[in-house]
Amino acid sequence: MEILNVQNLKKCFGKTDVLKGISFSLNAGEILAVIGSSGGGKSTLLRCLNFLEIPDSGSISVNGKVLSAGSEDEIRENRLHFGLVFQNFNLFPQYSVLENVTLAPTLLHRGSAQEIRENAQRLLQQVGLVHKADAYPYQLSGGQQQRVAIARALALDPEILCFDEPTSALDPELTGEVLRVIQNLKGEENTMIIVTHEMEFARRVADRVMFVADGRIEEIGTPEEIFEHPQSEKTKTFIHSAQTF
Amino acid sequence: MLAQVTNELLSGFWVTIEIFLLTLVFSLPLGLVVCFGTMSRFAPLRCLSRGFVWVIRGTPLMLQLIVIFYGPGLLFGLPSGDRFWSVIIAFSINYACYFSEIYRGGIESIPQGQYEAGQVLGMTKQQIFFKVIFLQVVKRIIAPMSNEIITLVKDTSLARIIGVYELIYVGQSFIRKGLIYPLFCTGIFYLVFSGLLTLLLGRLEKKLGYFKG
Repeated sequence: MEILNVQNLKKCFGKTDVLKGISFSLNAGEILAVIGSSGGGKSTLLRCLNFLEIPDSGSISVNGKVLSAGSEDEIRENRLHFGLVFQNFNLFPQYSVLENVTLAPTLLHRGSAQEIRENAQRLLQQVGLVHKADAYPYQLSGGQQQRVAIARALALDPEILCFDEPTSALDPELTGEVLRVIQNLKGEENTMIIVTHEMEFARRVADRVMFVADGRIEEIGTPEEIFEHPQSEKTKTFIHSAQTF
Repeated sequence: MLAQVTNELLSGFWVTIEIFLLTLVFSLPLGLVVCFGTMSRFAPLRCLSRGFVWVIRGTPLMLQLIVIFYGPGLLFGLPSGDRFWSVIIAFSINYACYFSEIYRGGIESIPQGQYEAGQVLGMTKQQIFFKVIFLQVVKRIIAPMSNEIITLVKDTSLARIIGVYELIYVGQSFIRKGLIYPLFCTGIFYLVFSGLLTLLLGRLEKKLGYFKG
């Protein structure tokens, strides 16, 4: 069942065209990995989906309904379809781990305090940090902070969870724990869009891989198609350089 | 005699404390309003607010005090207002402008990612400001705010210039009776008061030390 449909999405910053017409669709429960060089528009695509940037033209529909960026309230409603995990976590420093996860559901009145708390604890269990519930973000490693950020995003139960290079700000030895958490979400029928530089991870976890270059989708297909039999020259060059270093 | 000096100094000190507290009560929130004005996306409001802050910070508080107390009478022939409340008005406006700049510096130092994290979690602008940004700003501005607050303790003595019966005025009034020491003693009051404030603000700073960022 199609959950997300993006048509001809365009975005420019001043004179720079960052997205030059992106169209793709995503089925419920599907995992899409977005790869490509820096500055190619991958992050901007995620930011447009989450309405942190308002697209210049094109449409985004979720469950067949076109999202319009009219009033501030509309934009806020739209955002709730998506969750976003940032590259540098952006946890709220003054709140404990548990409070970071419960804050938004509490403000949005998603159930009783008790329910929200129990749900948060379940999510922290899921990312393996229930023993850190009372710690503050500065007391955690980068990998732990990112796992909290994942739990925080899941707490609102978004239809589509987006990751913006979730391991790029981490020390190499910490990327594994975060990637494992994301991989475990796969089993739970979460629909996810993951912008990543971790090719091996993309190949293993994603149902489809999208290669973005110069603001366009250069190629999209199964991991095997993209990694083993890339069609376009740009994809070939990128995959080749990503695999040999 | 000593009892009389002490009593009168204490009553003057009470007026000093009143000026101090009332100024804070009005200027702390007013500063936030001015701050939002100087950060407004609406250019005319922004220019007006910044111009206002420039005038207030660029002229002596003593002059502002004189203008507010004598201005209405001299310019429009109105009956002169209450001395004490003229002081409160002048001080509140003046300190609001200084506070607004400290607030602005604090707010602008919060990383954009904090706002974005709130946005993607579906929070409203107000929720983001009051639940996410505010406490982080408070933590960052507490040192410069302490500085201004300690300065305010001593600035209250400027009320003397329009004849408000505060601590310095009282101390000075004893000179006519041949006593010079009460004026010197006023220094002790200021010292003790600012000392207590330093402790209090230090404690608040420590309290907010439970998180970093």
